[in-house]
Amino acid sequence: MSASAFVVRRGRASLRVQRRTASVFALCLVAIPLALVVSVAVGEFPVPLSEAFSALVGRGDPGTSFVIHDLRLPRALAALLAGAALGISGAIFQEVTRNALVSPDIVGVSGGASAAACAVIVLTPWDGPWAVPLGALAGALVSGALLFGLSWRDGLTGYRVVLVGIGLSSLALALTSYVLTRGRVFEVGEAYVWLVGTVNGRGWDQVTPLAMSMVLLVPASLLAGRQLDALVLGDDIARGLGAPVGRSRAGLLVLATLLTAVAVATAGPIGFVAFIAPHLARRALDSRSATALMPASAACGALLVLVADVVSRLIFAPTEMPVGLITSILAAPYFLVMLRRAANLGAAG
Amino acid sequence: MPSTVTSPLSAAPSSAPSSARRSISTLASLAVLCATIVASVAVGSKDLPLDEVWRALAEPDGSDATAIVRDLRVPRTLLGLLVGAALGAAGALMQGITRNPLAEPGILGINAGASLAVVIAISVLGLGEPSAFVPFALVGAGLTALLVFALGGSGRGGPTPIRLALAGAVLMTLLISLTSAILVFSARTLDEFRFWLVGSIAGRDASITYAVAPFLVAGLVAAVACGRGLNALALGDDIAKGLGQRVVRTRVTAGLASVVLSGIAVAVAGPVAFVGLAVPHIARALCGPDYRWIIPLSLVLGAALLLGADTFGRVVARPAELQVGIATALLGAPFFVWLVRRGQMGAV
Repeated sequence: MSASAFVVRRGRASLRVQRRTASVFALCLVAIPLALVVSVAVGEFPVPLSEAFSALVGRGDPGTSFVIHDLRLPRALAALLAGAALGISGAIFQEVTRNALVSPDIVGVSGGASAAACAVIVLTPWDGPWAVPLGALAGALVSGALLFGLSWRDGLTGYRVVLVGIGLSSLALALTSYVLTRGRVFEVGEAYVWLVGTVNGRGWDQVTPLAMSMVLLVPASLLAGRQLDALVLGDDIARGLGAPVGRSRAGLLVLATLLTAVAVATAGPIGFVAFIAPHLARRALDSRSATALMPASAACGALLVLVADVVSRLIFAPTEMPVGLITSILAAPYFLVMLRRAANLGAAG
Repeated sequence: MPSTVTSPLSAAPSSAPSSARRSISTLASLAVLCATIVASVAVGSKDLPLDEVWRALAEPDGSDATAIVRDLRVPRTLLGLLVGAALGAAGALMQGITRNPLAEPGILGINAGASLAVVIAISVLGLGEPSAFVPFALVGAGLTALLVFALGGSGRGGPTPIRLALAGAVLMTLLISLTSAILVFSARTLDEFRFWLVGSIAGRDASITYAVAPFLVAGLVAAVACGRGLNALALGDDIAKGLGQRVVRTRVTAGLASVVLSGIAVAVAGPVAFVGLAVPHIARALCGPDYRWIIPLSLVLGAALLLGADTFGRVVARPAELQVGIATALLGAPFFVWLVRRGQMGAV
């Protein structure tokens, strides 16, 4: 056993943990709650951090509690959950396809959601808190069903899913552009903000369904993800190691697609998070373990969207920027610096 | 030089289609291209009988038909031909350089750089004509490509393909964000920009077509000449070097050609998606993994797809037009998915 790792034993089960991995997760466990408290504290009506914390644990005065519980907390949770879902989804797609450029955005699931949401905003008179999220979810699920239906041939391979996804996403993009050239400019502007990705005005109505679906999807993904370490070695080696290759890959891809669908329905297609979160997590962990990558990528995605949402409210206050703008402006320079430092980049970056 | 050294670069790998099939694919693609050229000149929102179109070409008089055919349809067809060929070839080059099947001309941030420049031209200078956007889009695309090569090529270990691709992908999203930041706050800019964003070759000045044509042709020649070098790159840098190939020179030539081709294409036609990414895959499915075939075939198929889609777009929504960026995806994507399902797509 090397000094950089330790082993946790409980009964017959044992787990070898890299010290670096453990410290990354410890850091996230501190940083995410901290970011959550900061997120509910800042805004047009600033609340001191200590009072925000009291209100969160149910001991604040009624006025502050209302602002924090009913207005800011659902929004912060929407950012956190959507970021985590996109982080896991991106990690699964990159590891299963063994390609560093893949993210769920590329396979047309968020594209289908975008086309449907834009159509709802621009072409239909439907309104209310449910219309756009439901439209987006329906678009994502339809394009997801098409994706797997069309790429199924004695099972799924990551490569075929990505190629079919490219075809579907270009169709979805064409539909979106078409819708954008049809509408009146006011509605087109509204659709554009949704396309950039925003959590502005999200309430419990939207967060509760997201949270409930993630309660199912995240543990399932983490369980299925235990096969990833074998899958990234290639099909033949994975089979030799006894991994059920076809089943676990299909399961992982479907779970990743569903995670993207629920995240995009709530927060819009926040670009870049699903692509960058696994890269950030890989650099932080400094290990090739795919099993550790998924939760780390979820944490990176959650932290990124949460912080970006805070910045988006502060940077041009009182005007709010859509959070999707800030995620890339925050993460891109950091990633470019890391890219210069990294000496060698494997196939999966 | 012993024959074993040249064989991996010139002889077809065993999985490649037979040379007969390659020749048939090439001839069929050329035939489709010729058909789309004829259709693009003959068909439009104004109904002209074929013999009248022919008369306008052969013996121009001052009639309306002559004006429509010679001044509108021929330049537009030439532009579509060049843009489609440029996008197809640039996509094949990018996939060869990065050895990544998902690389496309936009991956180096070229489309995003051009978009940002166009949005600045609309919002700050108040321009509104697609022809006036061309110089801005060119400068934006060129600066972005330089920046990507500077960022991706300067770290430890030099410009590896994956580093370039990642630097391009990240810079691209950063530029898209800056573009969106302007669009979210300026409804007037969004109102102009949404029509450019779709990608279209309608209503471009013929003078622009003639101005960019020499550069595009030069880029296409350079692209075709890169085939052999890219075959070597596909074996990995170490083997390619061992075979006596100049890896860096190939990469720089191919990269430059790809930047020129896709930069000019986005400048004159807007960000037409799909062609650069999908056409090389179709070419690969038809002719196997040899870049000496993939690049010329991508060029032909790209031109055919773009022209066919443009003609389709003129007919399908008469008297309005469906922009070519939308029509390429509508026509190309189902065919692409069908090819993938047939299992014709090999890895890069």
